[in-house]
This record gives sequence, C-alpha cells and structure tokens, in this order.
Amino acid sequence: MEDNAVEEPELSGAAEFAPALVAAHPHGNSVAVAIGPELRVFDLRAGHPVSLSDDCGGHSHSDAIRAICFSVSGALFASAGDDKLVKVWKTDSWRCIQTITSEKRVSAVVISNDDLYVSFADKFGVVWLVTLREDSAEQVSVDNKPVPILGHYCSIITSMKFSPDGRFIATADRDFKIRVTLFPKNPLKGAHEIQSFCLGHTDFVSCITFTSISENQSFLISGGGDSTVRLWDYVNGCLLDTFQAKDKMGELLGPNETDDSSLAITDICPSNDGSLVAVAIQSFSGIMLLACDLVGKKLSFLKVITMEKSYIPTSLASSSASELLWTVMGASNMPSQASSHLLTRLRIITCFQKDRLSSSDAGPATLEDGDVPHGEKLLLALQGSLDVAKQEEVLASVLAALKVSMHKMLVKKHYSEERREQRKRGRNDKKMKN
Amino acid sequence: MTRTNDASGGGKLPRKRFYRARAHSNPLSDSHFPVPISPEEVDLSQHYPRYFPADKGSDGEEAAAPQQIRFADVGCGFGGLLVGLSPLFPDTLMIGMELRDKVTEYVKERILALRGANPGQYDNISVVRTNSMKYIPNYFRKAQLTKMFFLFPDPHFKEKNHRRRVISMQLLDEYAYVMEVGGIIYTITDVEELGEWMRSCLEKHPLFETVPEEEIKADPVFKLLSTATEESQKVARNGGQTFYAIFRRISLQEE
Repeated sequence: MEDNAVEEPELSGAAEFAPALVAAHPHGNSVAVAIGPELRVFDLRAGHPVSLSDDCGGHSHSDAIRAICFSVSGALFASAGDDKLVKVWKTDSWRCIQTITSEKRVSAVVISNDDLYVSFADKFGVVWLVTLREDSAEQVSVDNKPVPILGHYCSIITSMKFSPDGRFIATADRDFKIRVTLFPKNPLKGAHEIQSFCLGHTDFVSCITFTSISENQSFLISGGGDSTVRLWDYVNGCLLDTFQAKDKMGELLGPNETDDSSLAITDICPSNDGSLVAVAIQSFSGIMLLACDLVGKKLSFLKVITMEKSYIPTSLASSSASELLWTVMGASNMPSQASSHLLTRLRIITCFQKDRLSSSDAGPATLEDGDVPHGEKLLLALQGSLDVAKQEEVLASVLAALKVSMHKMLVKKHYSEERREQRKRGRNDKKMKN
Repeated sequence: MTRTNDASGGGKLPRKRFYRARAHSNPLSDSHFPVPISPEEVDLSQHYPRYFPADKGSDGEEAAAPQQIRFADVGCGFGGLLVGLSPLFPDTLMIGMELRDKVTEYVKERILALRGANPGQYDNISVVRTNSMKYIPNYFRKAQLTKMFFLFPDPHFKEKNHRRRVISMQLLDEYAYVMEVGGIIYTITDVEELGEWMRSCLEKHPLFETVPEEEIKADPVFKLLSTATEESQKVARNGGQTFYAIFRRISLQEE
C-alpha cells in the first residue's frame, strides 16, 4: 500500500511538487505564505491582505517558490525558487526592490543580519551573494552580479541560515552535512574559512535553525531524513544531543504505522524564548513539541499536538514578537486542481512558549478557524479558500505527492547491482568524448 | 578485513594487468560505497593494524599516543607516491584516496604484498575508496593533515567540466579546513592549462601562500612528485614537461 503510493507518481513522470511555505515577520507585522508561484501576504497590524507591487522591471515568479524569509530586522523579505529568480521585497510597502536572476534553480535564500546582502543557494550546491542596493536608483551599479562565496560539492543545499550574531553562515545539504562558515567582513570576496562541519545525520538534512539563550551563546538545531532532531555546538562542530523522533512516533502510533521512509523531519521551529522546538514530521498529522534545554544541552519530548488526520504541516514559522506558531500545508503543481486555485491549509497554534505549558489549561493548542486572528479574512487571503478543510481527498493527494517529491529530490537512488550495470550501458556520456 | 589473510600476503606484488580500470570516473555521480558519517567513525585498525591492533585497545593497554592520519594523497592512482613516501616518513600515517574501485583494490593488494615482503615496513600507508571531492570532511578533522597531494589529476579540459576538477576555489575551502596551519599542499600535472588553473586557484585563495622556490628544492618530498608515481614515470618516459604548484596553508588575516 505504502509502496504503491510512492511508486505511482514516479511512473507517470509527474512534475515536481513544492511544499507550501510560511514565514512570519519577526515583529509580528505580517505573515507570508508561498504556494507554487504565488506569494500571499497578510498584514496582521492593519488586518487586511497585502497586494504586492512589483514594478522594478523584473519578472514575477513563474514557477514554484522554494524558499522565503524575512530579514532579522523585519525590513526586508526574500523569495526564490524554481524559476531561478530571487526577489527581495521591502516589507513596509511590499514593493519588490530587486530581482536577481540565478543560473540554476534556487533551493534556499537568506538575508544577512545587517540587511546588506542577500544570499541564495542553487541546485548545484553553490551559494551566491548579492549586495542589496539602496532604494535610490542612482546606486544601481552595473556589476551587481551574484558572486559565488562557497559551495557544497554538487549537493543540493536544503537550508541556509545566519547565526544570531551574524558571524557565521550555516548551510545544510542532502549529503548529510551541515557546514558552518565564517562570514567575512567583505563577503563579496568569498567565505573561505570553514569554522566546522556538523556531522552526525545519517540521511539528508532538511532544515536547520539557530536558537540562543543569551546574546553571545547560541546553538544550532537540525532535522533530517533520518527522523532525528539534533542539537549542535556549531562553533566546535560537536553534536550535543540527538532526539529520535522515529522511536517516539512508534510509541505513539504503534509500529505498523511507521516506516523509515515516511518519518523524515520536514521542518523545525524554535519558540522565541528558545525553550521549545516545534517539529513537523512527514507522516504525522500534527506537531511534536520538544523541550530544548540549552543549559543542560538536551532535547526531550514534551507533547504532541494532533490535528485532523488529513493535516500534515509542510512548513512552520513563528515570530519573536508573539506566541503564535504558524503551520501550513499544501503543494504546488497538483494535477487534480485547477491552476488558478492552489490549495493550502493554515493552522495556528497559540501559547507556543514553555512557561505556558505549566499553567494547567492554557497550554499550546490549535486555534479553530473562527478564532484565528482576523478570522475568515486572513484564512481567505492565505489559504485561497475557506472550505479547504472539507476537501479531504485533495489534501490527502497533496500529502502523497509531497512525500514522493521530497524523496525523489533528496534521497539517493538505490539500484540493484544488475540494474546499475544496465543503466551504465545505456548512458550517453560517450557522446562527450570525441 | 579478512583480506589480510589472503594468499597475496606472501609478498607477491599484484599485477596491474589484472586490475585494468577506466581512466576516469565521474566525481559528480551519487556514490554507493560506504562513507563514514564523521571522522570519529574512521576505523584506523582496519588501515594500520600494526599501530591499531583490533580489539586489543579496549583492554586497558592503550597503544602509545593515539596517532592520526597526517598525509592524504588525493587520487592516489596505483599508489606510487605512498610507497615512495612510506620509508621517508616511517612514523607518519598516510592514506591514499581513490575513486576507482579496481585501482583501490590494486593498491590494497600492493600494500599488503609490500608489508609481507618487508616485515616492519609499509605499515604506515593505506588506501580507501572514496570520492574526496565530496567526503573529505567525513574522513579528517579540522587541521588534522600536514600534507595533501594532488598529483596528475584529471585535466577536464572542457569548460563545462571544469567543476569536476579536483582543485577549485570551492574545494580548496575544504582542503584548507582539514589542513593545519603551516601544512603543505602539493599539486603537479603534465597539462600546462591545468597547471595554470591549479596555481591561479591557490594564488587567489586567501588561506594559501606560495612556498619559496629554494624551500621547495630542499624538500625531500618534491623529488618524489615527478618520479614516484606511475603517471609521472609515464610523463618522464615520453619526455613530457611537468608543472607544479606547492602552497602553504596560512591563517586568515582580516584587516
């Protein structure tokens, strides 16, 4: 049964699916959802959807968006994806101030902590850097081309983040590696000095995030295809603790519902005080909460928040200004749905903070649709429709498709000896030699 | 591991003709051989049984000071350099890294045969099959290596294939990471274009500086570069020219 679900779309040669993404403004001003080529932004202060203005001459997104992020200051927002475009937006006006063309598809994007640079990673594992120009048009320099600053040798970079102090840039790839590189004062010359490699994952690394207890002490948390969440001393490349989500899921769901391939960690999100980590798991309809003890350097299971069976979040976000955890689910390129109507489902968890756990009844909980901030207005803007929850079978197909596309993109194909020989014989690299 | 007891242990050198391999291997393709998750998982007892006797270590009696691999010959081919270096640095552990399976097998057999024929020698060299363009940090810790060798690498002439070259700005970052400050990186080739490329990469890289010519000439290793390896002997036979670039790992000075 499980096997069929994985095999079928592969046979039909279906397109790649991109998961829906969510990002929250660090001060809680707005929230953004990306689904396929569409970017939906809702202004939480004013309580209305934002219409994006894109008049800086570049194209708008035409293919799935793979990465979105707010800058630490909240002043800027970046989006990038399969159409090889990286767009940088000003969040006060939601105007696109820069469109950068990449040579390859973009898999990760991040804005430097000082808002001076935008950095993006392409499918070949190269990280590029572009200076963000000032708003005034005269600053437009002709040679404002992306500069390669570092690279993971031919490995898709799945996640990229700056350390809270801005000294390091961390990159995770599908070859189990996390690289922590010093971000130099003049990064346009390249980031050549590697601080450490965080090695321990036994499958692709899908997400990394920094979390800190004080201004000068922070840690790295990562999640991966080996269904573990790991806590790192990233300065020294030391693994501090490993949480096996698989074991826990086995206890919770019973062994028959868990198989290796379907319990990859899809996203992690720390709470703003650093004491909690929310974990999204590929086949789990809900969120797992881990207690993150940064003093004792331990990750431990706290609780799960289950949601309706058809809801399996694909992306998580929280902002430092609020106690809300935003979760979203959806996929682009669904064959079964009209292209004009990209389905996403949004759920919000309140009280995403540790001290709220002890108070008996007001712990983290999922908001009903009616209780969501700005109610239907927000849901309509970000989900695209109000009755998404009722379209169970569509949501189910979304899930199956996502599982396949993630597997296809990040997991190495394993062929039997025989099949490998056969493929070798059939390959066309002989043409390259003359 | 059981190979230690093979018939070839009798000191008979393996014959190259039985290890015929392709001249090239694609470094970009997915690898299907086992790779250690981290340097802690590299099993030295498998490579250097005399220095790291299997099983014995756990019984209290720790073997001398825990040694680390110090030299890496990336793309070691048939292992000529390792065999040449072994008696020069008898107390230094060194490893050859080679992507081609059959060539690695040959070097393994060759080392075992040499150990068999010369008891007490060649215990400090070994070989591993791996893709060093992808997995260098899986084998070595930060600042672990004192010498790295890149002798006669694939030239990859076409511009489209330049990213397959084993020396590039990107990969030098990783080599610099595993090398200690003061460590030396040796490159040599008989292809002028590649020689220039490797030199210019190293010159541009902020973590390497050129080693003065007189120092190079005084380095006993330098002579081996153009004489010890099978590839260099071939070049010499054909009266070809070689181009070397030898650089030192330095620490970064930020103004």
